[in-house]
Amino acid sequence: MAAPVTNEWKWFSALALGVSLLKCLLINAYHSTDFEVHRNWLALTHSLPLSKWYFEDTSEWTLDYPPFFAWFEFGLSHLAACFDSEMLAVQNLNYASPATVLFQRLSVIVTDVVFIYAVKECCRGVWDEKRKDLLEQPSFILATLLLWNFGLLIVDHIHFQYNGLLFGILLLSIARHFQGRHLEGAFLFSILLNLKHIYLYITPAYGIFLLRCFCFTCSNADRSVQWRSFSVLRFTVLGLIVLSTFALSFGPFIALGQLPQVFSRLFPFKRGLCHAYWAPNIWALYNVADKALTVLGVKLKLLDITKIPKASMTGGLVQESQHSVLPSVTPLATLICTLLSILPALVHMWFRPNGARGFLRCLVMCALGSFIFGWHVHEKAILMAILPYSLLAVEQKEDAGIFFILTTTGHYSLFPLLFTAQELPVKILLMLSFTVFSFTSLKQLFRCGGRLLSTSEAVYLLGLVPLGLVCECVYPLTTWQKSFPFIPLLVTSVYCALGVIYAFIRLYILLFTFTDCGTEAKMKSQ
Amino acid sequence: METWSLISVCVFLGLTTRWAVSFNSYSGAGKPPMFGDYEAQRHWQEVTVNLPVHEWYFNTTDNDLNYWGLDYPPLTAYHSLLCAHVAKLIDPTWVELYASRGHESPSHKLFMRATVFIADLVIYIPAVLLYCFYLRDGSAKRRVAVALCILLYPGLILIDYGHFQYNSVSLGLALWAVVGLGLGQDLLGSVAFSLALNYKQMELYHSLPFFCYLLGKCVKQGLTGRGLFLLLKLSVTVLLTFALCWLPFLSDPGQVLQVLCRVFPVGRGLFEDKVANTWCSLNVLIKIRTILPSQIQLLCSFVLTLLAALPSSVKLLAKPTLWQLKLALVNSSLAFFLFSYHVHEKSILLPALPVCLLINDLPLMSIWFLLVSNFSMLPLFMKDGLLMPYVVTTLGFLFFSVYLLSALERTTVAELRLESYQRLTHACLPTLNLCSVVKWKFFLSLVGMAALSLASMLLDPPAALPDLFPVLISVFSFLHFLGLFVYFNLVQLTEPSGRKNQKKAN
Repeated sequence: MAAPVTNEWKWFSALALGVSLLKCLLINAYHSTDFEVHRNWLALTHSLPLSKWYFEDTSEWTLDYPPFFAWFEFGLSHLAACFDSEMLAVQNLNYASPATVLFQRLSVIVTDVVFIYAVKECCRGVWDEKRKDLLEQPSFILATLLLWNFGLLIVDHIHFQYNGLLFGILLLSIARHFQGRHLEGAFLFSILLNLKHIYLYITPAYGIFLLRCFCFTCSNADRSVQWRSFSVLRFTVLGLIVLSTFALSFGPFIALGQLPQVFSRLFPFKRGLCHAYWAPNIWALYNVADKALTVLGVKLKLLDITKIPKASMTGGLVQESQHSVLPSVTPLATLICTLLSILPALVHMWFRPNGARGFLRCLVMCALGSFIFGWHVHEKAILMAILPYSLLAVEQKEDAGIFFILTTTGHYSLFPLLFTAQELPVKILLMLSFTVFSFTSLKQLFRCGGRLLSTSEAVYLLGLVPLGLVCECVYPLTTWQKSFPFIPLLVTSVYCALGVIYAFIRLYILLFTFTDCGTEAKMKSQ
Repeated sequence: METWSLISVCVFLGLTTRWAVSFNSYSGAGKPPMFGDYEAQRHWQEVTVNLPVHEWYFNTTDNDLNYWGLDYPPLTAYHSLLCAHVAKLIDPTWVELYASRGHESPSHKLFMRATVFIADLVIYIPAVLLYCFYLRDGSAKRRVAVALCILLYPGLILIDYGHFQYNSVSLGLALWAVVGLGLGQDLLGSVAFSLALNYKQMELYHSLPFFCYLLGKCVKQGLTGRGLFLLLKLSVTVLLTFALCWLPFLSDPGQVLQVLCRVFPVGRGLFEDKVANTWCSLNVLIKIRTILPSQIQLLCSFVLTLLAALPSSVKLLAKPTLWQLKLALVNSSLAFFLFSYHVHEKSILLPALPVCLLINDLPLMSIWFLLVSNFSMLPLFMKDGLLMPYVVTTLGFLFFSVYLLSALERTTVAELRLESYQRLTHACLPTLNLCSVVKWKFFLSLVGMAALSLASMLLDPPAALPDLFPVLISVFSFLHFLGLFVYFNLVQLTEPSGRKNQKKAN
């Protein structure tokens, strides 16, 4: 360890190269229908004019990402032609030749370069004490937590999606805010919004932060806002950046008069409250409570069995779910719940801003709040909270504890995503290695500050082991698998929902009780 | 981080790599009528579970030896039988007599891969961990790094999880023997090695060093007193282990003879396909197989093998230490690989195992050897459709072993264990900067391997020389093996007596 500068680079490239090679090994693994979704988008952007992109419906997987992502697919499609031009025919549904698989997989692996770069920038931003042991250095731990993130690996490189690129842009934007380059951060985020609109969930955090900490240039001594410090110039520049990005993205469609069509594709509210497999959020608990009350009601003869809506929970592809006892939930209700759940965090950031770290905390809470209360949430959306939260987890012990609970339950809830027997060992092994690493390294990092987890938390997390054994190994061998295939999924999402919601509550408690003196002092001493 | 978590993360990574490689194709996938090693292993399950023991090795109406007849020693057959019983539980059509021939299905592939995985997990991986944590000195982190490098050696992973074989069983048992001897448990070691030998006859490549080590130890303790007692104990143990393995065949000498005939197929020629040993490489210049009668070929290879293995064995006999044992294992198995009769390209895994054990002592040379050994099997991998995993695992191994073991920094004369050699040649040869020469050669060889790999992947060979690339690869690898054979012999033979670190290693 003689030359610190080169050494720093070596370990980082070792981590990045290692994970990239692992991704290459997963090329022949199972891929979900999302693979076909993206192939279809390649085909339709390549062979159709812009005006038909959001009208095309040969495949059931219509284009439902914002325009920049369509342009991204358009760019990729030109490279795809070198591999196998057959995949670019819109009619060629479910086409998956070896060259197609190779190309699509490689496109994910290569675009992950953005993610790798963003992680590097984040590692530079993290408060880092030089320790003798590399394995105990916060930046090393952070880089591993991000680059080798279990959820990202299985969602992108087995299940198939382009989250690496998107989270790369998000993390880069966060890193820019950490570095004080706010305009760049805002620019990156508006690009991100035009790549995938799911990031609308965290827009409130961005909006309030930029307004409070960027447009208002200074605060009073008690951290309250100094109204006269509002900078019109900054506000205008910011607005210009954001508006021009959106104009570039949606402008052509406005000119074509297609905006309503584009929006109807982007926000398909016809989908149900919960995804086919319930994300571990409050609605999973709500559904189960409803089911339990129904069964109870029927047993006590309070309910008429013929009046109960049929097949509301058979675990298949139920779209609009109706509840039998509890009131049915409307999209508007979920929206209100979501807003209410994140409002305190936003208000707190307005009145007691704490720089980029406070912003990041608020962003995580927005992501988590919308995950818990949102409409038709996918289990994959938990990554939006886990990945940014990794940055805070390596700086403070309390965060490390919450982070560990959140990642472990969140990652475990991704297990049903991969249901093929062939991938079972890989998902278990990767999950185990990530969990063992994150637990031991965080424990070591904060070894002076007492225990990372309380006994009950540890017992709850260890409960995932028997749960996993039963759901993944034992249950599929029983006869119930045929008649009640949804039971493991239901139990998994309910069990994980408890952990996720608990983490959310702990985050709120931490936000309101903890004065960030510790981190501030550390930052100042830097 | 605590050592246990580092170890478990390493093991998980090794296992993930293995399982991810197994997603790929296997030998003979969808290639009737003979298929490949995958079908051979499946066929053995079919034979052993359906036929009585005394028909296993005989050509009978129900057992066609020309269709992947059993040609491994009894322990392999028992292992097949065990797997077959499990297979029968899951799906009896997988091992039905006759009807299951050429059976291929995703679920069956999954089952076969799982059998390899379990065997590996039970035998090979614990042995590697034990070796790294009981027999090595150095910091915990260094030990973990060594374990990771050994676990990531691509040759073994690609052959077992790609091509399809159970090398991790025989090599794992041999490694258990090394661990046993290293820990002073000589009886345990000899049992483990006897089992290895009874699993795969190719373990004979390793037999001379084990024999010499144990004999040397007996001699050291005095052949009239305690040494004799130890010798007796060892021979009884080995004989008992062998008897146990061969029990069902012992009733009839004809059975034993037939098994031996199957296990040592003398009639199969000096070499097969393209293999990076002396005979195949000489064949480029002289067509030995047509010039010499097969009896002479056999004799020739036998004598040369013995001569090549002799120096290291004698040295080991005189100095039975663990360090010498490891080097002798390399030298003897390389001698067998280079000169013995009917060698397969996969047999390079036998020298590769002891070289793995040297990876911390002689990092650069070991990594070099392991890379070339993996490269020498490239034509096989290409035939099996394993290009992608080959490239990925090779790059991963190259990068991580060089980085984690700081192989390029540890290249002084002392670290290459060449001081005595340099002292000897000091008088007659001009002094060279040995380290940079070695490093340059290493880089050149890497470039050569990369170029040959790329050429055989991308270029079509000229019509007149359809085997151009396989031949080039085997000759290229042969030259490396020969050079490294000389090097490892030099290290072993010139080891000065009573070195400090060797004392510690014992």
